[in-house]
Amino acid sequence: MLDQIVFYFFATLAVLSAVLVVTRRNIVQSAIFLITALLATAGIFLQLHAEFLFIVQVILYAGGIMVLFVFVIMLINLDTSLHQAQYNRQWWLGLLLALVVGAHLILAVAVGRSVLPFPEPAPATMLEPSTQIVGKTLFGEYMLPFEVASILLLVAMIGAVVMAKKKV
Amino acid sequence: MHAVIQYVISIWVPLVCMLVIVGVLPLCTGYIVLMERKVMADMQARLGPMRVGPHGLLQPIADAVKLLLKEDIIPDEADKAIFWFAPLISVTAGMLAISPLAIGPWFQIADLNVGLLFVVGISALGIFGIVLGGWSSNSHYSLLGALRSAAQLVSYETAAGMAVVGALLLAGTLSTREIVAAQGDYGTWFIFAAPVGFFIYVVASIAETNRAPFDLPEAESELVAGYMTEYSGFRWALYFLAEYTNMVVVASIATTLFLGGWLRPFAGTRAFNFLDYFPSALMILVGAYCFYRAPKQPVKVQQLFMMGLGLAFFGVALILAAPLLAPKGSLVASAMPGLHGAFWFLLKVGSYIYLFMWLRFTFPRYRFDQLMRLGWQFLIPLSIVNVMGIGLALVLHRHWGWSHWTAFPLTTILTLLAAGYLGWAGEKKDKEHVFVGEQ
Repeated sequence: MLDQIVFYFFATLAVLSAVLVVTRRNIVQSAIFLITALLATAGIFLQLHAEFLFIVQVILYAGGIMVLFVFVIMLINLDTSLHQAQYNRQWWLGLLLALVVGAHLILAVAVGRSVLPFPEPAPATMLEPSTQIVGKTLFGEYMLPFEVASILLLVAMIGAVVMAKKKV
Repeated sequence: MHAVIQYVISIWVPLVCMLVIVGVLPLCTGYIVLMERKVMADMQARLGPMRVGPHGLLQPIADAVKLLLKEDIIPDEADKAIFWFAPLISVTAGMLAISPLAIGPWFQIADLNVGLLFVVGISALGIFGIVLGGWSSNSHYSLLGALRSAAQLVSYETAAGMAVVGALLLAGTLSTREIVAAQGDYGTWFIFAAPVGFFIYVVASIAETNRAPFDLPEAESELVAGYMTEYSGFRWALYFLAEYTNMVVVASIATTLFLGGWLRPFAGTRAFNFLDYFPSALMILVGAYCFYRAPKQPVKVQQLFMMGLGLAFFGVALILAAPLLAPKGSLVASAMPGLHGAFWFLLKVGSYIYLFMWLRFTFPRYRFDQLMRLGWQFLIPLSIVNVMGIGLALVLHRHWGWSHWTAFPLTTILTLLAAGYLGWAGEKKDKEHVFVGEQ
């Protein structure tokens, strides 16, 4: 019961702030609502007992990426963006697409529930600490994909530095 | 009986701890400020605050009352809503970050599985308070302070994080409680296994808490007061509370990771058991000093106050000594780890903050490009080398059968060599650097 209350609280918060991100005119306010949305998602992770995902979400998205976002936004002249048109003329197409995708998801869950029954959730006390599981899986079973992803990120980082660097 | 104690510990201790932290922390920060002013005064051959209470001991309370009653000015052009709640973000993040920290084996709100990551991650959220507060004030000084703060935090968080990783490799867990237990098992604090990591953490944590010599976000000679230029009254006090809470948080992280948490020095050695009497002895000494100073106070009330303070210290000494003097196995004697653990933890946190104060009053402020160069070209490479060194030592110890006493000094020397090279290379580059206007 309490679990469900917590879930619906965070889910509502996430959806509401996600809507506010795109409807607010002021960019800084949008950024703040994006932070709230990310933190609410982190809250849902916590409610699912995925502590490691929760804290990584907080550190990476809310703490790392959003700080850089806000950093850049503060340098932008806000007055011009306040007077620009917020939507283009194809907004109805976007709405239609969103509705189609939403209907698709609802349908998938509704049909899938009878075909593929959801497994019973394991009691929270029996779970191994999630940090250890994540570590063991990443460095054991998925060693190669993990290393490939790291090299990809390294290449991207070096590429960004090379492109941003002034010619000497 | 045992079940009742277990129940009390599981339900009520976290609640009480929470209330204690929320209630006592503002008071503590007030007294940290007083201590800072006193240390500063001492270093500059002055007396510092002396008027309110004997030796200015009631100054923090007077300051708090003044700040509460002061007019709260919001600039006309400010973004009101953001201006209003920005300081709250900083304070909330700072206080939330304390929750998984174990102040002694008994005093802890929640023993999280991701404990240390939680502390690091949540306290980093406090930067939003600074950045948004600076932006919403709609003033150039505030905005510049906020920008500097964001840039500084992003740069130094990496180095601090890698230093933490080094110690976590040694501990093998993220739970604060088990990190301290691991240091007990090793028989040594991690500062001795990874001294370079500790050094990196000290420097990076000063930069993260925006303190001198890295206090560029609020450099008063350049930016008035940086991000809090437009703030006044209680909201300004909240920023101050957040800053000092963050100091407590980084000091607690350093204590937990590198200084053995609540462990007594030489915790495993029986020959050093006399150190158990140190807490009481220290308190008696402080109490006796209060009595010694009491007759020299100018006013009768202040004399009485000093004596009362001395008596309070004697009381604390008695409480700390009681578990040692009580017969073994009694309820009082079993309170020993909780009481003494808290004492040692707080003593270490206090010493770390004291170290911060020394650094603040002995170093001149860095220039911004120097700050960035130190962070990116010295600390971050060094922290990566440090992690690799600790990894190497652990491999040598666990798989090759080397003892701690050879593996860790060897890798420390290697890391120090790397540090020397980085410093030398940086110095060389510094000489080639041409400043604007010098061409």
